[in-house]
Amino acid sequence: MKSLCINPHRFILYACIVVLFQYFSGGFNTAHAANKLVVKIDYFTQEKKIPVALSNLDPFVTDKGWQGAILGIKDNNTTGAFTGQEYILEKTIVPLDGDVLSAYKKVLEQGNTLVVVNLPAEQLIKIMGLSQQRPLLFDVATRDDLLRQKLCQKNVLHLMPSRAMRADALAQYMLKKRWQQWFLVVGPEKQDQLFAAAVKRAAKRFGSKIVAEKVWDHTHDARRTAQSEVPVFTQGVDYDVLVVADERGLFGEYLSYRTWLPRPVIGTQGLIPTSWHQTHEQWGAVQIQNRFKEQTGRWMEEEDYGAYLAVRAIGEAVTRSQSADQKIIQEYLLSDQLALQGYKGRTLSFRPWNGQLRQPVLLAAARSMVAVAPIEGFLHPVTELDTLGFDKPETQCQ
Amino acid sequence: MRNLFFVLLLMSFFANAETVYVTLEKDNALAVIDPIVGKLVKTVPIGQRPRGIALSKDQKYLYIATSDDDTIKVVDTQTLVVTGTLPSGADPETFALNPEGNRMYVSNEDDNEVTVIDIPKAKVLTKLRVGVEPEGIAVSPGNRWLISASETTNMIHWFDIDTLTNIHNTLVDPRPRAASFTADGGQLWVTSEIAGTLMILDAKSKDVIKTISLQIKGVSKDKIQPVGVVIDENMRWGYVAMGPANRVAVINAKTFEVEKFLLVGERVWNLAFSPDQKRLYTTNGRSSDISTINLEDHQVVKSVKVGRYPWGIAVKP
Repeated sequence: MKSLCINPHRFILYACIVVLFQYFSGGFNTAHAANKLVVKIDYFTQEKKIPVALSNLDPFVTDKGWQGAILGIKDNNTTGAFTGQEYILEKTIVPLDGDVLSAYKKVLEQGNTLVVVNLPAEQLIKIMGLSQQRPLLFDVATRDDLLRQKLCQKNVLHLMPSRAMRADALAQYMLKKRWQQWFLVVGPEKQDQLFAAAVKRAAKRFGSKIVAEKVWDHTHDARRTAQSEVPVFTQGVDYDVLVVADERGLFGEYLSYRTWLPRPVIGTQGLIPTSWHQTHEQWGAVQIQNRFKEQTGRWMEEEDYGAYLAVRAIGEAVTRSQSADQKIIQEYLLSDQLALQGYKGRTLSFRPWNGQLRQPVLLAAARSMVAVAPIEGFLHPVTELDTLGFDKPETQCQ
Repeated sequence: MRNLFFVLLLMSFFANAETVYVTLEKDNALAVIDPIVGKLVKTVPIGQRPRGIALSKDQKYLYIATSDDDTIKVVDTQTLVVTGTLPSGADPETFALNPEGNRMYVSNEDDNEVTVIDIPKAKVLTKLRVGVEPEGIAVSPGNRWLISASETTNMIHWFDIDTLTNIHNTLVDPRPRAASFTADGGQLWVTSEIAGTLMILDAKSKDVIKTISLQIKGVSKDKIQPVGVVIDENMRWGYVAMGPANRVAVINAKTFEVEKFLLVGERVWNLAFSPDQKRLYTTNGRSSDISTINLEDHQVVKSVKVGRYPWGIAVKP
């Protein structure tokens, strides 16, 4: 059953799509089908501005995240058919010029307590500050360390690896390769500085050295000029590896093969740290890659993976606790009982001190999976996964 | 003296005459091995991505799941010629046979289904809905239960085999892979690939009665991926193939203690007993060989190169 309602409001126009997956509605002999537990999950996002095309290779994907949530709901309902639950996914998209806060209030007014949020950090911080009621939020988009540290909240779980986790993953791999002299190139944007800060933290943690740091402040499209600019930009320093912080992808792709010295590029381009990648096929990943592609006709992106895991985590909590109560779900998810299957060879769980999903970080080149962090040999008394990002003793959460 | 030695060798050869059949996932072939001599006898092309394999009850045929051909091939064990196919549905990987040998149950991983096939008629009888990514599948020795393990939704589904109705669902550790009943049908042993555990389920209550953690000192946790599991007829020992940990765990079936870990080849996947249950054969995917474990003293005694990515294994007396 699908219904689409468009609700004109004074300044906001928001569309809500209710997708009821009555997957097993007909004729199934299930043990508990008689009294079904209905679990409602909200998916809350804002329309994204189409960025200036930096390359003609990658089309702009408008439904990153949402498609992962749909796949998660299907899987939950497949389980639910046997264990007596039905999961419903509702979507709210705030238009580009719409008011996120008032749309969010509307979601809360309906009494919704499980919300998958796909918003940039600034918007997420706004809605986190608002609520008197505190629904359980599943942040599937941000990578900001601030949200895992100073601004952390008990009711907010983060599905994406933080910048700190990503930088630590790179640092572990570079240490293994004995690439310990880094040349850091930082882009012009605020996010680039945040990633650069995480890289510096990682260098300190793993005993590597940033021998040079430069800001790339060319504002023009680098496509035509890289051949002459990059050699000059990277001249005069000796280093093992060029670490690039360019989250929007304004210039990072143009560094490889053009540096003065022949050196690998790693960071936001070149060898990248990510929670999901099209080259990932181990641990059953090929199955979900296939299922996702069949559903959408495109590759699964990080946000899709995050939303899939968020919905599956809710499913796990509900099946294991036999409850749809927010408090019970929240407690279960933050406990050490959760063992979420995420196609990465280890069970996943949330760090109770800051709500960050513990997970391996993939280190991928465009056409090859190079390594999976934590890299073998980086030990931790509790779980090696906690060698990535902010560990319990470093937490600034209250 | 020398002649006597040969006579003895020949006698022992005939006493143990058995043939091992192994599917080669990346060579699209079937390997035929004489395990006693320790020799690859023959390799024949069989179809795209062969994985699951089993012998027919009369031992005249092999059933081989050729996953990328979306079919089960029927192969004459004498001539090694494909004599027919069974309609398995998409991407067959593992399957189980009933004790009578006239029904086959196939996991269709991408469709969340189990296909039930009438073997003599080569017809699909029905399809059962199961959880996400069904993998392990087994029929209890008394032909009472059909169980299917769904990897992503972490469940063992119990079907009454006569009515094919879903009677019960047991939640287990994440990514259950393989499942085997004990010879008396009293227990179901299930491996969990990412929790690195072996779970023992009671067939009466259908509850997990014991969870055994299969950690090995000095081996990183993500390499511990238990896959194939078998239990001997006398229910003294159980054996678990541990994937990239390159070991087979030996479990005391009475106390559920891990007795020891035997180092075999790389990425050990599936296991099969010799007909007299004195040896256990393992397929080692990455090292392209099979290992022989002597079960009297639990020693790995032999390995034979068989071809790329050996996966499934069946032993004919």
